[in-house]
Amino acid sequence: MSDTLHPEKDFAAYLAAGRFMLQRSRATGRYIFYPRVAEPGTGSTALEWVEASGSGTVYSTTVIRQKPPTPSYNLALVDLAEGPRMMSRVEGIPPEQVRIGMSVSAKIIRENDVPLLVFEPI
Amino acid sequence: MREAFPRGQTAIVGAATFGIGAAPDFSNFDLATHASLKALAMAGLSPRDVDGLFVIVMDETLSTLNFAEYLGIQPRFTDNSRTGGSSFQIQASVAALMLATGHCDVALIAYGSNQRSSAGKLVSTSRPSPWETPYRPMRPISSYAMAAARHMHQYGTTKEQLGEVAIAARKWAQLNPEATLREDLTLESYMAARMICDPFSARDCCLVSDGAAAVVMVRADRASNHCKKPAYLLGAAAETTHREIASMPDLTVTGTVGAARRAFAQAGVSPADIDIVELYDAFTINTILFLEDMGICAKGEGGQFVAGGAIAPGGKLPVNTNGGGLSCVHPGMYGLFTMVEASQQIMGICGARQQPDVQLAVSHGNGGELSSEAVLVLGSAETLSEA
Repeated sequence: MSDTLHPEKDFAAYLAAGRFMLQRSRATGRYIFYPRVAEPGTGSTALEWVEASGSGTVYSTTVIRQKPPTPSYNLALVDLAEGPRMMSRVEGIPPEQVRIGMSVSAKIIRENDVPLLVFEPI
Repeated sequence: MREAFPRGQTAIVGAATFGIGAAPDFSNFDLATHASLKALAMAGLSPRDVDGLFVIVMDETLSTLNFAEYLGIQPRFTDNSRTGGSSFQIQASVAALMLATGHCDVALIAYGSNQRSSAGKLVSTSRPSPWETPYRPMRPISSYAMAAARHMHQYGTTKEQLGEVAIAARKWAQLNPEATLREDLTLESYMAARMICDPFSARDCCLVSDGAAAVVMVRADRASNHCKKPAYLLGAAAETTHREIASMPDLTVTGTVGAARRAFAQAGVSPADIDIVELYDAFTINTILFLEDMGICAKGEGGQFVAGGAIAPGGKLPVNTNGGGLSCVHPGMYGLFTMVEASQQIMGICGARQQPDVQLAVSHGNGGELSSEAVLVLGSAETLSEA
């Protein structure tokens, strides 16, 4: 139902309800992130929201250095078990200890008063 | 249908820079005009001769209209395509097609930026990505840093090898009186620089400078009337892979692979034939990625390729002979400067950094975050009969 799907708004609403949802194409079974109104390539608008497993692997990582005392922080690209890659950060360990290939799991936190998807090492 | 390109039917007959470093109190169009007048003068031409106008500035969406008005011309064809720093190579390929088909007779490609004097940082007019902004990326540095981290992970590329790229750029800059950073850069001081976005320190990142550049293109049949040694356009191709770094299929392989393969095929040359490479070194990893992706060395071997001063003055392949975005100039978008340097090397007017007998040169552009890649193959008159 492409005319009732509002990708950014719907994703945020699910996240606010504590759910990490991905789109899946009914036509090909492919998972899609970031959310959009049509499957990339095929243009299929037969998309459904499905619960993500939350499992992922760090594809790349960096530490964004801040002037002390402001803490430096991690920025990472995470390959989701379902296939898509997303930008996020890995929390729970010092940012420079995040490694490519590390298994991570999604969690929803609140930051600046909005829900945000981050990852932790398993 | 086979991809056709008017090989050798157009040429760059003027190529100039202006205001490299700091150029306070000039608007972007003031700077672009100064560079354009220099490039036109090299070809014995005036603004009124220009009927194909290609110009981008960061702060004006309708830039060709403003610039035509400023120059006092009413061009038949205008183009302000925006793919970031590769825009200029793409414009050159469009200019070649429009010139070859008679849609214009004199094409001017210009760029000017006062970003250092006006803002002191990279000026971006892109919409912040809702999928990336909440994680506070340090764009564009963090995107390239993650490409470097991935290349190091997959291929064992080292920080010292990234340092070789920075030092080579600096050594070329020391031969270029216009270059912004000319003091010695040693491996010791490179390695000691404070990390800003791992594995990058400031020494891995391009400058934030002012600067302008311009090139003038005409059809080959009149090129020698305007320039003693024109730089003929033998091939031109671009590839787009993504916009945001999370959507890049493989952070160690860029669209330069396809762009170079197609541009070399149009030109009828192979990577080994290239005398000089001017590539878009926004960050040290770029040079390694693009040398690999052009086929100058194998994938994963770029770090070893640049080691031992191989791309520095006196090395086996001259790369970024003006000092590059790392040490010469980087006014927001650098792509046109690689075209100016490649052209001037073929023209033989580069002074202390001039390389002997430059027949074939690559001018490469990179836009976005390794998103849009474009390759031009430029050649001397001697290369016209090949293919």
